[in-house]
Amino acid sequence: MGKNNLIGGSIWEEYSQKVQDLMNNPQNMGEITEEQAKEMGAKLIVADFGAESCGDAVRLYWAVDEKTDKILDAKFKSFGCGTAIASSDTMAELCKGKTVDEAVKITNIDVEKAMRDNPDTPAVPPQKMHCSVMAYDVIKEAAASYKGVDSSSFEDQIIVCECARVSLGTIKEVIKLNDLKTVEQITDFTKAGAFCKSCIKPGGHEEREYYLVDILKETREEMEQNKLTALADAKTAESGEFGFEDLTMVQKLKKVEKIIDDNIREMLIMDGGNLEIVDIRDTDDGYTDIYIRYLGACSGCASSSTGTLYAIEAILREKLSQNIRVLPI
Amino acid sequence: MRVYLDNNATTIVDPYVFETMAPYFCEMYGNPNSLHEFGSETHPALRCAMDQLYTGINANDNDDIVVTSCATESINWVIKGIYFDHIFNGDKNHIITTEVEHPAVIQACRFLETLGVKVTYLPVNSDGIIELDTLRESITQETALVSIMWANNETGMIFPIEEIGKICKEKDVLFHTDATQAIGKVPVDVQKTNIDYLSFSAHKFHGPKGVGALYIKEDKIITSLLSGGEQMSGLRSGTLNVPGIVGMGKAMELAVENLDFEKSNVMKLRDRLEDELLKIPDTFVVGTKKQRTPNTILISIKGIEGEAMLWDLNKAGIAASTGSACASEALESNPVMEAIGAEADLAHTALRLSLSRFTTNEEIDYTIDIINKAVKRLRAISSTYSYAPDWHNSKL
Repeated sequence: MGKNNLIGGSIWEEYSQKVQDLMNNPQNMGEITEEQAKEMGAKLIVADFGAESCGDAVRLYWAVDEKTDKILDAKFKSFGCGTAIASSDTMAELCKGKTVDEAVKITNIDVEKAMRDNPDTPAVPPQKMHCSVMAYDVIKEAAASYKGVDSSSFEDQIIVCECARVSLGTIKEVIKLNDLKTVEQITDFTKAGAFCKSCIKPGGHEEREYYLVDILKETREEMEQNKLTALADAKTAESGEFGFEDLTMVQKLKKVEKIIDDNIREMLIMDGGNLEIVDIRDTDDGYTDIYIRYLGACSGCASSSTGTLYAIEAILREKLSQNIRVLPI
Repeated sequence: MRVYLDNNATTIVDPYVFETMAPYFCEMYGNPNSLHEFGSETHPALRCAMDQLYTGINANDNDDIVVTSCATESINWVIKGIYFDHIFNGDKNHIITTEVEHPAVIQACRFLETLGVKVTYLPVNSDGIIELDTLRESITQETALVSIMWANNETGMIFPIEEIGKICKEKDVLFHTDATQAIGKVPVDVQKTNIDYLSFSAHKFHGPKGVGALYIKEDKIITSLLSGGEQMSGLRSGTLNVPGIVGMGKAMELAVENLDFEKSNVMKLRDRLEDELLKIPDTFVVGTKKQRTPNTILISIKGIEGEAMLWDLNKAGIAASTGSACASEALESNPVMEAIGAEADLAHTALRLSLSRFTTNEEIDYTIDIINKAVKRLRAISSTYSYAPDWHNSKL
């Protein structure tokens, strides 16, 4: 909400000049015939994505040099709104001169960025992002066809939204690539859930195997997990260089236990005592408090709350962080 | 050339209407409820406007025509007012409407659903009309209100209001009709038909924006939603929109005067446009001409997405409308198109052309030419439509 959203009807005003020009005069519109491909000494690939009943359909033609895998020419046809036409046109342009493997790496974001007038202003309003997502999907279809791979055998090709024919793989990828956080965003980017809405959550028009709410939750969890793994890997790789403060509680506890095992526990055992770590907590004022309980001869020993305690604290502070406090309970 | 064929969205203010309104901005600007000449000098024009409104829909003097800010306000008032008066107190708990109502009706009903009210949305056939038997069967002891539009904004289809009124009377259920698309297009007579509430908006019949009305039958008063001063007998508080009311009155008078013109000339232009467009292969129009308001065409042009068509038309200066999801801010397909469901494609290929008494012959000629050009260009781009090559004898 806010000032800019109160007066509607402005989607056309948010199209970049490039998008408008391509809507009026698409550059790569048309077909490549078998004969034309032959003349170029290339293999003709024709790939379809979407259907008229879904509101968007695009057909991509490639002339591919089989020796080099290079796309010599690309053309498109499209049933769709102006931005679908402009996106398909841009996508075809981006394919030209690339190898098939390179072309598969073109994403909807590349297509959208290529249509911007200046790098910081999106080429289309958010709800029109789906047009470029489809341009991305048809490239994968064309590549699958060229390589003779049955795209339906991929786990990626499970269709979550039948109306807009959006696959599980596309949804997961779009969530990850664009850091999407809501189902509404998924709908904006992929059109999944924009029509009969059955695929959004259980209880809709028809029962589905996959629902957007679940996919979003699982993918977000997966992303979070990946982030943690990456963090942990980074830390293992350069362990020691990382500040104690940056570690998670579990990692802090492990470090503290290791220092105590290596440097302190043996000395306490020599005197007939021991200690256990009861808890470890970060405080609001920046300290890490380690709660310990003395065992054996240590418990009740006068030194346990003075000299011994200071010694333990000093070792931990020296080895790990000056912000550690040790608190016997 | 600029051609305005989006008259179901809004209309040009008739210059006569504008002229009638003009003195009430800078000359006679007093508050009608004030006790001085500045206020009272507005009264003759306001009384005249109320006369024009009462005559326009043939209301009885004991009925109320309460001026509101728009049809959306009138509709919300009826639906939520009925909730306060008949549902909140536990008497009833059910409202019946259709799947093809204006969002004002649908969303007000959806809101009441969150408060526990049961709502039946009657389906429509491929012509976009409800079945009377289904309506009859849906009315129960719990039903507080039936709300069905007089004419549909997208298709122009006219609903059998007289029969619906009879059924509601038979079953002793309150009946509201949203007549926003009917005023000025078909005769609207609240005495000939059993109607308890009727909503409309001035800007759909060449009046100004920001003013509408709710007709309330005698003894069918509902709780006011706008509490405040004593304007409109306390039914709808808020300082009277004097120029708006004066303009709406004049617009109503002209709309009724022009009903015959609408039925002859506007319909003739509409029919010519429709016949010419249907010559384009693979097109269809929703509903028969007779069943529709005289000014509306909802046509599906296979292979061409609605927003792309609007883009080409707009470049040529022609204003039209589409139900296509791609042209909606929320990317949602139009529920009316979905409800009709004649062809799945309709939701994406629908083009709505709506004329008015200001539409000219030349404008229709130009529109036919431009649409043919746009169809040619866009079908050449289309991946779901291909022309037969010239050498194909089969034309397939």
